[in-house]
Amino acid sequence: MTTQLTPVLSAFWDEEDSYTLAGYQRNGGYKASAKALKMEPDDVINLVKDSGLRGRGGAGFPTGTKWSFIPQGDNKEHYLVVNADESEPGTCKDMPLLMANPHSLIEGMIIASYAIRANYAFIYIRGEVVHVVRRLQQAIDDAYQAGLLGKNVKKGYDLELVLHVGAGAYICGEETALLDSLEGFRGQPRLRPPFPAIAGLYARPTVVNNVESIASVPAIIANGVEWFQKMGTEKSKGFTLYSLSGHVTNPGQFEAPLGITLRELLEMSGGIRKGHTLKFWTPGGSSTPLFTAEHLDVPLDYEGVSAAGSMLGTKALQIFDETTCVLRAVLRWTEFYKHESCGKCTPCREGTWWLVQAMKKLEAGEGTTADLDKLIDLTNNIAGRSFCALADGAASPILSSMKYFRDEYQQHLDQGGCPFDSSASTLFTSTAGNE
Amino acid sequence: MTNNVETTEMITCVIDGFEVTVPKGTLVIRAAEKLGIQIPRFCDHPLLDPAGACRQCLVDIEINGRAFPKPQASCTIPVETGMIVKTQLTSPVADKAQKGIMEFLLINHPLDCPVCDKGGECPLQNQAMSNGRPESRYEGVKRTFEKPINISSQVLLDRERCVLCARCTRFSEQIAGDPFITLNERGALQQVGIYEKDPFNSYFSGNTVQICPVGALTGASYRFRARPFDLVSTPSACEHCASGCDLRTDVRRGKTLRRLAGEDASVNEEWSCDKGRWGFKYISSRERITTPLLRGTDGELHEASWPEAIAAAAAGLAGKRAAVLTGGRLTTEDAYGYSKFARISLGTNDIDFRSRGNSVEESEFLAAIVTNLSTTYRDIDKADQVALIEFDPEDESPIVFLRLYKQSRKRGLKVTTLASHSSRGSEKLGAIRINNISELSELTAKSVILVGERAHETPGLLSSVAALAQQSGAKLGWVPRRAGERGALFAGALGNLLPGGRPVTDAAARVDIQSAWGVSTLPAEAGRTTDQILRALDRSELGAVVVGGVDPMDISSEALTSMLNSFVVSLEISHSAMTAIADVVLPVATVIEKSGSYLNWEGRTRAFDRALEDSLTRSDVRILSMLADEMKRPINLPTVAATAREIESLGHWDGATVTAPTQSLAPEVIPTGNQATLESWRLLLDLGTLQQGEENLAGTARPATVVISAARAATLGVVDGNSVSVTHERGTITLPVAIGDIADEKVWVPRNSIGSQSIVTFGAGRGVLVTVVKA
Repeated sequence: MTTQLTPVLSAFWDEEDSYTLAGYQRNGGYKASAKALKMEPDDVINLVKDSGLRGRGGAGFPTGTKWSFIPQGDNKEHYLVVNADESEPGTCKDMPLLMANPHSLIEGMIIASYAIRANYAFIYIRGEVVHVVRRLQQAIDDAYQAGLLGKNVKKGYDLELVLHVGAGAYICGEETALLDSLEGFRGQPRLRPPFPAIAGLYARPTVVNNVESIASVPAIIANGVEWFQKMGTEKSKGFTLYSLSGHVTNPGQFEAPLGITLRELLEMSGGIRKGHTLKFWTPGGSSTPLFTAEHLDVPLDYEGVSAAGSMLGTKALQIFDETTCVLRAVLRWTEFYKHESCGKCTPCREGTWWLVQAMKKLEAGEGTTADLDKLIDLTNNIAGRSFCALADGAASPILSSMKYFRDEYQQHLDQGGCPFDSSASTLFTSTAGNE
Repeated sequence: MTNNVETTEMITCVIDGFEVTVPKGTLVIRAAEKLGIQIPRFCDHPLLDPAGACRQCLVDIEINGRAFPKPQASCTIPVETGMIVKTQLTSPVADKAQKGIMEFLLINHPLDCPVCDKGGECPLQNQAMSNGRPESRYEGVKRTFEKPINISSQVLLDRERCVLCARCTRFSEQIAGDPFITLNERGALQQVGIYEKDPFNSYFSGNTVQICPVGALTGASYRFRARPFDLVSTPSACEHCASGCDLRTDVRRGKTLRRLAGEDASVNEEWSCDKGRWGFKYISSRERITTPLLRGTDGELHEASWPEAIAAAAAGLAGKRAAVLTGGRLTTEDAYGYSKFARISLGTNDIDFRSRGNSVEESEFLAAIVTNLSTTYRDIDKADQVALIEFDPEDESPIVFLRLYKQSRKRGLKVTTLASHSSRGSEKLGAIRINNISELSELTAKSVILVGERAHETPGLLSSVAALAQQSGAKLGWVPRRAGERGALFAGALGNLLPGGRPVTDAAARVDIQSAWGVSTLPAEAGRTTDQILRALDRSELGAVVVGGVDPMDISSEALTSMLNSFVVSLEISHSAMTAIADVVLPVATVIEKSGSYLNWEGRTRAFDRALEDSLTRSDVRILSMLADEMKRPINLPTVAATAREIESLGHWDGATVTAPTQSLAPEVIPTGNQATLESWRLLLDLGTLQQGEENLAGTARPATVVISAARAATLGVVDGNSVSVTHERGTITLPVAIGDIADEKVWVPRNSIGSQSIVTFGAGRGVLVTVVKA
């Protein structure tokens, strides 16, 4: 049995005008929103619930259920907020999606806002991706122009859509920090409860969804629950974007049913780069525990990856071949987490500060076996102790790499330095070694 | 007090194997405290919103058999039925989690405990000992910062010591409403900071120093002065205003080094204002008078022995008609001493504690209404609305402000203020400003009216307030500015009142006191007010005056000259304008050097012991008792304790009272052109006598500005920051402009700030016509 790709969101990315309103509409765009606006909002929620669509941002929470948490008839403003603060190392699905097919998100937002009775919807996008911001803003302007947004989207139903550009902080991908940032405060996670569904943006009931989750909604409305459920596995329904990067012959986005394996994806992408073998990989970005070649046949759905000891995350498959020093790779990620720690809670703030120093020493070959145990202990003092999940993410690569590659850590200590030629792992011709 | 039965749902849970029942909503960390289980913590503070930031208080929790997969911050989770909590005492996971967090907190914390102010009373130090690893495993480089930063003239920040618990920032935002400090930067470089143009000039900034769980925030005045274990602490009461704060005074080798907010949930909770905390340098001022002084035939003051001075005072008073003026800063016992001294030794009711503006209407209001008031902070907590009448709580009674702010933030308490303009404090409260008391509406029995001492400056206002409270059933509170006024009223230091609220003119009341004092008669005619006393002295209708801690400039610009022809006995702590004209000067103890008690605005007593054990100074009442003995008209109050016992034995009068005033509000003169009616009040931090010598505190005072309306500013062609001159025939005050919501026909200046002393310059605090021109 081989799994076939199921291009839905990416079906017409190869068309020259895929990102335009005309291109999108030629491919059936905005028919789903028109259909949804004729339905009762609760029916839309139920349909999405029935489809089994789960959050594509990492946690995999059922999207329709999240919508149904919004209290109705409470005479309060409701808000839809789309999290486009894609910042996780390795994760690169939302930005290409927004470049090639921004209207799928806007259409999804119309449907979602209507369902949860929100008259204001926000997209919080990271600030570094100026090109995406421009394209998305153009798409929003075009949608307004076409009467798809604004007053009387449906008779008596108004929807304003605001694109908010963040300043580039990883923490703002955490939904409550995102809300604080959107409100104009410093992005730091909020205490929960209250959850955003009760008191989110401006203390009003708010749904926060990932770009891909919302962009997937129009296709579900258009094609129905059964169509969606034919794809995927028992508890992980539908299609999704897998982003392959690193030491693969043809990196990129692969839209496939949930449950596909890396072995299949590697076949589609031309395999590991020529002459090399798979060493380790992340199933869903740097925060998900590493996998190795023994996990090639793990079904890449929420349950499968979880059963194998990691998380599906953002399905950012970063592939590393045997030329890569795992300690070096993990140290780079750790430096990222230290740089991005918001500072609110102790384990993340102080722990990542310490981890970077500890790992740099190990990379330089300084220390003893006891330092490896200390590193594990330190990391365990971070994991599960922090305010939000970001520190758990910082701990994952260290603990999983120690689990599979402790020998390699030890080798650094035995040799008094890194046993790898760092230039061998680069994807370009390195001159570093020649100088 | 009625004890309303509030039905609170109770929850039972199990902590470390012990059952505990607490009100619904109680946090796990508090429930554990109830069992005597101390979970270590830094960011947690019972009066601040939970933050869950430091993660020090992690515990294992399961609810109805379902265990949380990770240890939880016990400072953020309310107890639930069926909850089983395991703290560090019973859960190895919680214990390891806590030790891990403590280790993280210490990696970037300097090991400078031996030179740190907090060392010895430091939650980080203590909890590192109780819940930390014995040795550090950290071998890396510590984060360092340039140190220290002045975040105001009074508060210094050592960033490398900070554990980023956000107590200070949460206090400033949630309790004081002054979010002048905030956390900025991120990761390990996160730090407390100020907006560069805006220092931490909050009236309550000192509290952040006190609740800082490490030595990151220190007070400039105490920094490096002492080790906590060398200090001797005494519970004391604040002498600065009528809020009634519980304070703690810390003394080292005879020198007062600091004062901290004490804990009194019904009054100041755990807070104090910066004036109460830092305004104590006057105690050790070089201007302190240490021996009695006698004016010689050369017209100069000379040091004298106590017997000489007492004899001279007695001789000078003999045969003269004399009056008594007491400042509003006396303890109840001292005020009682003056009250009894006036009646017995001087045979007069000419006594008034109001060393400030005053009126007959106010005397009647005080005697008839205030003596029976029992409104408390708790009434504010439960009020459906609070009306402020010529009372700016943030400037004039800061703890009242904190209470109002708490309720305003928590439940949007409606606050209405009768004031010339919206001050920063009333803006923070979201107060609705009114110009006339008739605009007050919807007052119910659950409403609270707080009337300030300045209300007497508007004739008829106190009568209206009394009537309004009567009609609406609203609770009334009178909030004087000074700590001793309510006590002095109770002690009968007023012309129309004997101790315990007994009307002078009531024969039964006099008999009551006569028998208690063992005298056959007491003067039966109501005495003069402060203004009347001064006028009588000026006209030589009175020949002598005994003055206790009065700044004549607080009363009026003529007060001092009125006393020039009289025999003046002055009881005071430091050289002042009074010293200059006094015939006999008797030095008295400051609040630190004596015991006593204050009655705050609620009428709540706070007794205190002296913090300086070996002081040679004496309380006013002891000196008056000596003087009375010398005059052969003894008052028999040899000690403060004896005085307190005597006051207690007198009790409160339950007979007929003075009739409440019924003066009607007079229409105010409407000025025209560049004329304006003067308005003013005293800012919290100003030129007040008791703030002298504390420059760091003075540095956080709000700058003096002239408040005018936008229309007047437009007419004058000035904008915010331009200077204008406010002129009266006696003088001019020139200050920068702040445009406010003041009525067009009014102008406001600070009453006693640098560059703006309206009583000195204009001879009045309110109501006179001045001209306002561009400077």
